Amino acid sequence: MELNLSAEDAAFRDEVRSFIAEHYPKEMRVANPETDLTKEQSLLWHKILHKKGWIAPLWPKEYGGPGWSLTQRFIWDQETSRAGTLPPLAFSVTMVGPVIYTFGKEAQKARFLPRILSGEDWWCQGYSEPGSGSDLASVRTKAVRDGDHYVVNGHKTWTTLAQHADWIFCLVRTDPSGKPQAGISFLLIDMKTPGVTVRPIITIDGSHEVNDVFLEDVRVPIENLIGEENKGWTYAKFLLGNERTSMAGIGRSTRYLRRLKDIVRAEIPEDDPSFAEFIREIARVELDVLALEATELRVVAQMSRGIDPGPAASLFKIRGTEIFQRITDLTHRAMGNYGVALREHPVSGNRFMPGPDYGHTSAEKYLNSRKLSIYGGSNEIQRNIIAKAVLGL
Amino acid sequence: MDIELTEDQELLRNSVQRFLKDEYGFDDRAKIVAGEDGWSRAVWAKFADLGLLAAPFAEEYGGLGNGPLTTMIVMQEFGRSLVVEPYFETVVLAGGLIEALGTDDQRGELLAEIAAGEATWALAWAEPGSRYNLNKVSVSADRSGDDYVLSGTKAAVIGAPWADRLIVSARTSGRDGDRDGVSLFIVDSRAAGLHMQSYRTVDGRRAAEVTLKDVRIPAVNLLGREGQGVVALESCRDRGIGGLCAEAIGAMTELNAATLDYSKTRKQFGVTLGSFQVLQHRMVDMFIALQEAVSLMQHLTLTLASNDAHVTKLASGAKTKVGYAARFIGEQAIQLHGGMGMSDELKVGHYFKRIGAIDIQFGDPAFHLMRFAHAA
Repeated sequence: MELNLSAEDAAFRDEVRSFIAEHYPKEMRVANPETDLTKEQSLLWHKILHKKGWIAPLWPKEYGGPGWSLTQRFIWDQETSRAGTLPPLAFSVTMVGPVIYTFGKEAQKARFLPRILSGEDWWCQGYSEPGSGSDLASVRTKAVRDGDHYVVNGHKTWTTLAQHADWIFCLVRTDPSGKPQAGISFLLIDMKTPGVTVRPIITIDGSHEVNDVFLEDVRVPIENLIGEENKGWTYAKFLLGNERTSMAGIGRSTRYLRRLKDIVRAEIPEDDPSFAEFIREIARVELDVLALEATELRVVAQMSRGIDPGPAASLFKIRGTEIFQRITDLTHRAMGNYGVALREHPVSGNRFMPGPDYGHTSAEKYLNSRKLSIYGGSNEIQRNIIAKAVLGL
Repeated sequence: MDIELTEDQELLRNSVQRFLKDEYGFDDRAKIVAGEDGWSRAVWAKFADLGLLAAPFAEEYGGLGNGPLTTMIVMQEFGRSLVVEPYFETVVLAGGLIEALGTDDQRGELLAEIAAGEATWALAWAEPGSRYNLNKVSVSADRSGDDYVLSGTKAAVIGAPWADRLIVSARTSGRDGDRDGVSLFIVDSRAAGLHMQSYRTVDGRRAAEVTLKDVRIPAVNLLGREGQGVVALESCRDRGIGGLCAEAIGAMTELNAATLDYSKTRKQFGVTLGSFQVLQHRMVDMFIALQEAVSLMQHLTLTLASNDAHVTKLASGAKTKVGYAARFIGEQAIQLHGGMGMSDELKVGHYFKRIGAIDIQFGDPAFHLMRFAHAA
């Protein structure tokens, strides 16, 4: 499905397409880009985009954004996800960057924004804590003022790619009295500060994406506070709003669906009792993708006419993740007996994996994608949001 | 993508809404359905006055043009008010076929008659055992001088007992199941040798088994080219699905609204139903199902209007998605209304039954899902 594009927008789409085709690094085309790349490899595309001026589509022009229209941003999202490029690190570009230019002091903007754009600083997100789940306001990590420093003590968890991070943005409790939301502050912490320890968490797919981050008597200069003390919840919610955009993941689902069809054609003979079931299930998912894509286009059309789409992001998050989970499930099952094999991490070409190449990541993808309906506000939380904001319940 | 209506289209929507609100309330409809005829000629005359009976036709036949979009506007409102009058059969199906296939004479005369409210139509394509296969036509049409002679049985012809004329698919050559060799005929419902066994349908309409015994049809009543009837019926089905999907969206919108209202007022254990999280999440899923169905229905409508070659695959896709969504919403609406949902006095059951009939018309989701899967 294509947007009805103006001549300029169509030219822009063509420009984006050919730029990706020419410049996307071959080294990044690995079996599973999310887990198989080194830090340096995963920054290659980031640096190319930075040079081109396309690294931060969301950002206003004055801070280094490309100054694209809503439609151009949508085209960018569509084309990059169709092409299967690894998106620039969301924690840096999509999350903390906008918080800094929206709520930060001039000195913070000057110090941090250029290094986010260039990829020199890698950021991670210190939101979740043991036991907090989707209830983020239950922050227990404490920051106590001591002269011109905060002294931070606590434990952050599920911290994605903290093993590569130079900085962490943290929700910390600066006022234990009153409502849980009221006493939270938003603090930027240098990962090299004494007292910061990172410990890997290996997930069920065998990969190391997430970590525990321990903070013990970490001294953070007060100039690293974003906005006002105890107002951190406002900034945190602002950030989460950005996190849920483009959660529909149409491009990614379309790519994986195409791959699934190829795998089914190669792996399952027509006289296999499960063949008809796969054909039927694939058709159903394909329709789900088509309907979600049509919904996304409807919302984009409404937004460009100035209509507020309400909590459409929650709908996209729910359906986009459900669809992708279904595709990874079908892909895994399509591999038949070889579905029992799981790649070992760290990944190396020297370790034997049985069966055709296209099946090597099917088990880990299925396992890994279980996280999608849990993170970023679980799908149950998203349903609560729609119930309240749309249905008025 | 989201459909912005033109001024004329907005006017059309407003006038349909106003008429239905003032004169086609749930009680008015119940009286019509319970009456001997089962439909209202007075309402039909109003449709003619409002210009609805020509609306999807080209401007030269008194319509607004852009048939699929105009059909969408009308059918969505009809779905919300559960209109039983044979608009879909007469205007969308028969009118659409006549406009697409008719000779200049046929178009001029028959479309004007429809527009004026002077004739109602029904489309007899199905046969006992044909299921949803348009090719399975065993009713025979043999040439005899200036006439064709039709014999055989047509099944589940919706609106036939009300119809002045029928469009009948019959075989002029080839064998049962062949795509070629089927022709369409305009048949007077009072023709000698035509017999109807009428019955009530689940959604409060009337249908009939139509038996033809040596019914003589003048050759001028052939509609379109001899032997090419299935191709014509296929695109008629695509357009028809567009109309049915829009009607289903109208009904689903009302079901969701009614369920939400009920959940905010009905109390159990001292609190409103809507305060229970399990029901909140169910209603969110009903909301999402409707949004997705609306998106595909609109996408189909725009594609029908653009004559895209892939439209037939998309029509099957939309019929499937809307069908599953409608069934989910309908069943949950009944469930969330509790015992009241079983009562014939409430609207929800009637929407549910209409949705069930739409689900079957021109093929159910199981049929269209596999048709979608195998389409290029």
